[in-house]
Amino acid sequence: MPVNKQETNRFSGQYPNGIPLPIGYLRNMGAAMEHTGGYKVICDWLAAKQLSPFSFQKQAWQAISGHKSGLVNAPTGCGKTFSVFLGALINFINEDPEQYQLRKHNGLRLLWITPLRALATDIARAMEEVLTETGIPWKVGIRNGDTSTADRTKQKKHMPEVLIITPESLHLLLAQKGYATLFDPLQIIAVDEWHELLGSKRGVQTELAIATILHTSLQTKQLPMVWGISATIGNMDEAMEVLLSPLHALKPGQAGSIIKANMQKVTEVESIFPDEIEKYPWAGHLGIKLAHKLIPVIQQSKTTLIFINTRGMSETWYQTLLDVCPDLAGSIALHHGSIDRDLRTWIEENLHAGKLKAVVCTASLDLGVDFRPVETVIQVGSPKGVARFLQRAGRSGHQHNAVSKIWFLPTHSLELVEAASLKTAIKEEMIESRIPMTRCYDVLLQFMDTLAISDGFDPATLYPVIRSTFCYQDITEDEWGHLIHFIVSGGDALQQYDDYKKIEIDDGLYRIRSRKLAMRHRMHIGTIVSDAMLKVRMITGGYVGMIEEYFISRLTPGDVFTLAGRNHEFVMIKDMTVLVRKSSAKKSIVPSWNGGRMPLSANLGKVLRKELAKGISGKGKKILEPELVALEPLFKLQQELSHLPKENELLIEQIETKDGFHLFVYPFEGRLVHEAMAAILAWRISRIRPISFSFAMNDYGFELLSDQPIPVDDTNVYELFSPDDLFADIQRSVNSTEMARRKFRDIAVIGGLVFPGYPGEHKKARHLQASASLLFNVFNEYEPGNLLLRQAYQEVLDQQMEEVRLRDMLERIQRSKIVLTFPTQLTPFCFPVKVDSMREDLSSEKLEDRVKKMQLELSRS
Amino acid sequence: MNNPLPYIINDQTFWVSPERCLYWEEQRTLIVSDLHLGKSGHFRKEGIAVPQSVYKADLQRLIAQLYDFKAEKLLIVGDMTHSRSNKELELFLKWRNDFPGLPFELVRGNHDILEDQWYRDAGITLHEKQLQIGSFLFRHEKDPEHVNDVTENGPYIFSGHVHPGIRLRGQGKQSLRFPCFYFGALHAILPAFSRFTGTYLVEPKKGEVVYALVENELMRMQP
Repeated sequence: MPVNKQETNRFSGQYPNGIPLPIGYLRNMGAAMEHTGGYKVICDWLAAKQLSPFSFQKQAWQAISGHKSGLVNAPTGCGKTFSVFLGALINFINEDPEQYQLRKHNGLRLLWITPLRALATDIARAMEEVLTETGIPWKVGIRNGDTSTADRTKQKKHMPEVLIITPESLHLLLAQKGYATLFDPLQIIAVDEWHELLGSKRGVQTELAIATILHTSLQTKQLPMVWGISATIGNMDEAMEVLLSPLHALKPGQAGSIIKANMQKVTEVESIFPDEIEKYPWAGHLGIKLAHKLIPVIQQSKTTLIFINTRGMSETWYQTLLDVCPDLAGSIALHHGSIDRDLRTWIEENLHAGKLKAVVCTASLDLGVDFRPVETVIQVGSPKGVARFLQRAGRSGHQHNAVSKIWFLPTHSLELVEAASLKTAIKEEMIESRIPMTRCYDVLLQFMDTLAISDGFDPATLYPVIRSTFCYQDITEDEWGHLIHFIVSGGDALQQYDDYKKIEIDDGLYRIRSRKLAMRHRMHIGTIVSDAMLKVRMITGGYVGMIEEYFISRLTPGDVFTLAGRNHEFVMIKDMTVLVRKSSAKKSIVPSWNGGRMPLSANLGKVLRKELAKGISGKGKKILEPELVALEPLFKLQQELSHLPKENELLIEQIETKDGFHLFVYPFEGRLVHEAMAAILAWRISRIRPISFSFAMNDYGFELLSDQPIPVDDTNVYELFSPDDLFADIQRSVNSTEMARRKFRDIAVIGGLVFPGYPGEHKKARHLQASASLLFNVFNEYEPGNLLLRQAYQEVLDQQMEEVRLRDMLERIQRSKIVLTFPTQLTPFCFPVKVDSMREDLSSEKLEDRVKKMQLELSRS
Repeated sequence: MNNPLPYIINDQTFWVSPERCLYWEEQRTLIVSDLHLGKSGHFRKEGIAVPQSVYKADLQRLIAQLYDFKAEKLLIVGDMTHSRSNKELELFLKWRNDFPGLPFELVRGNHDILEDQWYRDAGITLHEKQLQIGSFLFRHEKDPEHVNDVTENGPYIFSGHVHPGIRLRGQGKQSLRFPCFYFGALHAILPAFSRFTGTYLVEPKKGEVVYALVENELMRMQP
């Protein structure tokens, strides 16, 4: 955790990057704090290490000494931890500058919430180093799923001054009797990597915990401060608002401040170009062909991380790199979510030690501690978003002022536009926002149970606590009544014939007294419902691997899929195990994983539309990014056959082939929006004339295919893309029931209706097993007003269909010019969409053959 | 309500009802399987808030079927109850008293774990393993160890237990699963009567008949 190097002038009134500070800045800022004993102790400690504080750190210390709250916005690896932690120490020293080294057992002073338990040990080590060297007798404790019972008991007796904890473990702490007293001496609640938590249900958990702790402190004395630490995201102000929402509810009018570290890390993006630009691009094969170009990059750096979007492809890449450069054997590793945890830990340790030359990885290495030896990062294929790309780039070049270098390797030539777009987006700091979740009834129900197993709660007192969070600020008394009714009486019931028992009301306090229920609840606190993985076994015996239930649920017996490099025929699922037999079939399905399902972000889509328009404008070619220059032949062909859309245009191509009549639309809004839009458009067209379609889509556009001409022309096209009646049309065209059924799985687990079970309980609970899908049916039919059910439908609209984005897109289209073209053959734009739709019926070898033939035919004509 | 359809086996007429049961005309017997009475109560007792109306609806459907067919006997092919006794079963007993003259025959299933006395008090005749009536044999599970039972000359077997279901494909890549009746040449499987049950997919072969239950309608399918 580096702090400013001595060479930067310590009090020169400059930002570290040399930009002068406003006049009078230093004098106003921190004048008081800088004269304190605590500040001196810390600065002396830093000076001994040839370091001095960054100005954002000093700003944070000043705010903390003034008992203010806020958000520190700083990139990883530049001392963001110290901005809050040292501030807490300065305050502690200043309480008693003479005797501070003698004050032991101060109780919990700093609660440090972190999303990753892997980070806890490193943070604790860094903190302990400061404490030892400054002689401050604080203890640092770690609390997460790995903490032993002995350590927990010890912590209960003597709370350490600093507790590093995950949101889940924090809720477990709130499930302990008498938790409130633990927080009496608390000064600061710090939430590290807040950008990671925001926008997820873990973020909501964090909000609930903060609100509860603040409200328990209300009876004591001063409210603890709340500090977030976050990387840059598009909605910094909102991020702070969400975090401080409970504080503002208690102390209205106290504005928090965002302290920004002005140390923009320079990110350099370089594309790897194919020797020849394919005019008919298609996803999935180009990447591998460029593998040999990675070898020099890997060999020139100490350690390289190669990010691949899907687990399936990462396997292929690992193998390919070894084939291309056998010398890498032994110094290259593969890291993804389906890999055994022990092996992953081993890889991480060797990354730290600099013993690995390269690691092929997926999002599994997006987060976590920095690996110092990493000098270079390679992104293969679209990163789908600016924030994710920057995060990955940031995995390299940790030395202060070092440039983060990231190579972009396209998986089809059109993706080069994305490289150009990413550069623009980085330059203009167009980072995606993290939209906070609201009204998550499942998390709230879980939390109410948590409070019920510790000290119990009074609904009247709890209501304002819940409403003080951002997530539940709009919850009405009516909804609250519903929730209370649901946990007390379990929804609709036959009064005298009902055994429902969970909450007992005693002296106005709602409690869960059953030890069994309390135990089960504790085992299931949390909001990460991992996609159920099933073991795959040969029917004749023998373990093959793990596969997602989601994937298997779409197969019927007899289907053939690829796993661990071999083809298997799906026989059946028995006892949570997928039984397969060997297959010699050529045709097989490759499992799709989460990464593959991630859509292009709205931000990146927007820049993409802009960059494309530059492609052919011709003017100012010198300032064009090399990617756009390289793509010129493709753009020319697109323009010749159809049209290259400008920023304010929507291109629609109608093409007739021997497969039928195609309608291609290019909104550049990502797969999910395209999927919903394709269904809506198909439905709207079928109102003009009965007609049926098949769909295909990628992140750039979508296709409707029919066996009869598609009645879309200048007279009706704006109407077909109208935002009017959108909601009703979604309901009519998209099978939202099936989508909601999928969403309900997580909700039912979080809301406590389904228990995945835990070791030893398996048999006993057999009579309590019901799939989320069955519960979904039962609720849909017999209790349609159920809050959790309604939440499932809402999540489909918000997340699956991205309704807001869909509506924004339609409004944008209404303002833009719709260009209809009728090309006589497939165009460079539609080709990848077309290939993607063929992919579902063909094995990969056959696909490659057929695509080659198509490319040949097209370039001849 | 949709009308039941007749299915003839060994010259006997079995009416296939869209309410997930069979009526044997010659014996005036209503045949059901996998009622799982008290399942919602069992969940609720453990603090899992499933709606109890599913149980009430199951009971009401059963009564309605007995009345509609004017059945003189009820035959349950196993899994009448779901788990141990609870208040939902008291409601069942209260209702049982309203039909004192109606014989209940139960072939024990793996979920029927109540004390023998409970069945006696409820006026239910318990058959441990199977029950044969004429050329028909009723058992909860088609015992895999007795494959030889299913022979050309042996009795036709009715079983339950698996909660059979079938997958129907719609437009595009959509597919949905529905509970179903399955009739093979020598063996039939009844759907679970209770709506609070999942399904296990069956694959009918050529010559076999499946009735899928699609939103209270019967869909006959013969591959």
